[in-house]
Amino acid sequence: MGDAKTISIEKPCIDVDKIRADFPVLSKEIGGKPLIYLDNGATTQKPWQVINRVSQFDSEEYGTVRRGSYRLCENSTRLYEEARQKVADFLGAPTRQEIVFTSGTTQAINLVAHSFGRKFVNAGDEVIISNIEHHANTVPWQVLCEEKGATLKVIPVADNGELVMEEYDKLLTDKTRIVAVNHVSNALGTINPIKEITRKAHSVGAKVLVDGAQSAPHMKVDVKDIDCDFYTFSGHKMYAPSGIGGMFGKMEVMETMPPYVTGGDMIMQVTLGKTTYAKPPARFEAGTPPISQVIGLGAAIDYIGGIGMDKIFEYEKSLLNYGTRLLSDIDGLRIIGNAKEKAALLSIYLESAHPHDIITMLDQDGIALRGGHHCAQPTMIRFGVPATARASMAFYNKYEELDALAEGLKKIIKFFS
Amino acid sequence: MSYDNELYQQVILDHNRKPRNFHEMENATHCCHGVNPLCGDDITVYLKVDEAEEVVEDVSFTGSGCAISKASTSLMTNHLKGKKIDECRVVFDEFHKMVLGEFEPEKQEHHLGKLTLFQGIREYPSRTKCASLAWHTMVGALDKKTEGVSTE
Ligand SMILES: Cc1ncc(COP(=O)(O)O)c(C=O)c1O
Repeated sequence: MGDAKTISIEKPCIDVDKIRADFPVLSKEIGGKPLIYLDNGATTQKPWQVINRVSQFDSEEYGTVRRGSYRLCENSTRLYEEARQKVADFLGAPTRQEIVFTSGTTQAINLVAHSFGRKFVNAGDEVIISNIEHHANTVPWQVLCEEKGATLKVIPVADNGELVMEEYDKLLTDKTRIVAVNHVSNALGTINPIKEITRKAHSVGAKVLVDGAQSAPHMKVDVKDIDCDFYTFSGHKMYAPSGIGGMFGKMEVMETMPPYVTGGDMIMQVTLGKTTYAKPPARFEAGTPPISQVIGLGAAIDYIGGIGMDKIFEYEKSLLNYGTRLLSDIDGLRIIGNAKEKAALLSIYLESAHPHDIITMLDQDGIALRGGHHCAQPTMIRFGVPATARASMAFYNKYEELDALAEGLKKIIKFFS
Repeated sequence: MSYDNELYQQVILDHNRKPRNFHEMENATHCCHGVNPLCGDDITVYLKVDEAEEVVEDVSFTGSGCAISKASTSLMTNHLKGKKIDECRVVFDEFHKMVLGEFEPEKQEHHLGKLTLFQGIREYPSRTKCASLAWHTMVGALDKKTEGVSTE
């Protein structure tokens, strides 16, 4: 295909320069070089709209929530619940009571594993995950199965990074209690067929948890349409502050679940003899929540809405296509994960250089990406690599930044050859 | 082809590609296995020590890892050959402090020679272990640590 110049560029469907101006960190320099931020799979940067909203809330409106009948608290509680409604609308949840705030995906999955798992997964039962899960969607299930004497089964992954669905069919039995898979793999970018996975799990009576950490920020999500029982997400991967995230949970399922963390706010009534629990979502939100972070999450959802998720998906797809073609032309470079349906993420492996050397050398050019096992060691083992260098994109990335990445990688290959 | 940045210099590249003293040692008196789980660096350092003279007569290594760890080990083997055991420990101490940013070879007297190349790793605390693994393993060998050493 020749050199980079010959690759045609689709005209962006969004005004990238205007968007970049909203993100102060994107105009910073790292060691005298403009920052090229390609680690959005780990965490995303924040726009002024989020920074300013949190700052305004903290400086003018801050108060506790649900615990007082003075106006500062009433107002804070109203804003907090409005943010919950924004999340519900964002994920297509039927009601805002089906949104539970947690510190992020990790805590949300642990909530389900401990609460649902403790009650409904018993000796001899089965839990299904896949071979391309984040450790956050692996370890809680391993621990649960070990404690309960249940069996953990794993959907295998094909060489191109897609789940082997025929094998999934064979894993499902009437003992399957829950299937937990990600919507988008953070290590490979694969977009999994979660609607089909959900339908099949339901047909044997199992519940479904979808780890949406990598999908919620990058594509339209409709939990009604997917029909999953739980859908988890992390705010810091969607332009919101860190320390906030949560999940959608079907009310009829959450109502059957015992609390996970106990304390204030999750109760109906407490006497020294007995406590009755509040209905969801309060049942799962013990203690004072990260209030300002919730307000920031609401502002981030407004910001994403202002650009439009359809456009975000389309533009990021064109970034992926462009980056894939650029990197495919480089000798000695392998892209791990080539699923047909893929999010804007490139897991890169060079024959000649260790991923950590790649990351450090790219950093000296101001290019930030992640090297390592991406908290997905079983995936790395499956693909026979110790680690990869991962470029994960967001709507504020530009074609030129991918050019710089490709040039940086070529330089490294030359250096090590 | 030169790559003009501070850390990844020609010397490091050269030692990564053609590591010196890269072999097992049959008549080694000391030997230690070291791992850095973070990068998957995995090396074995062999020493031949003249106990009477307290001199390290020969140093070699085997293993695999990132460029920083490989080059660091290779340069270490060259640097320590023929040195007194006490001197080896002094260089270890200086090197270790340098990569942690606690020792400035420009300002202080030192015995590091070319090893000051690795100073740039200070900027990357997550990777200082790649540079210091060889040294910890060498000291582990001197101290007869049969269980090996790990940077974690
Ligand atoms: C797919 C996936 N699941 C779970 C997580 C964990 O998210 P958090 O660290 O925000 O809890 C991540 C983030 O690294 C992820 O990419």
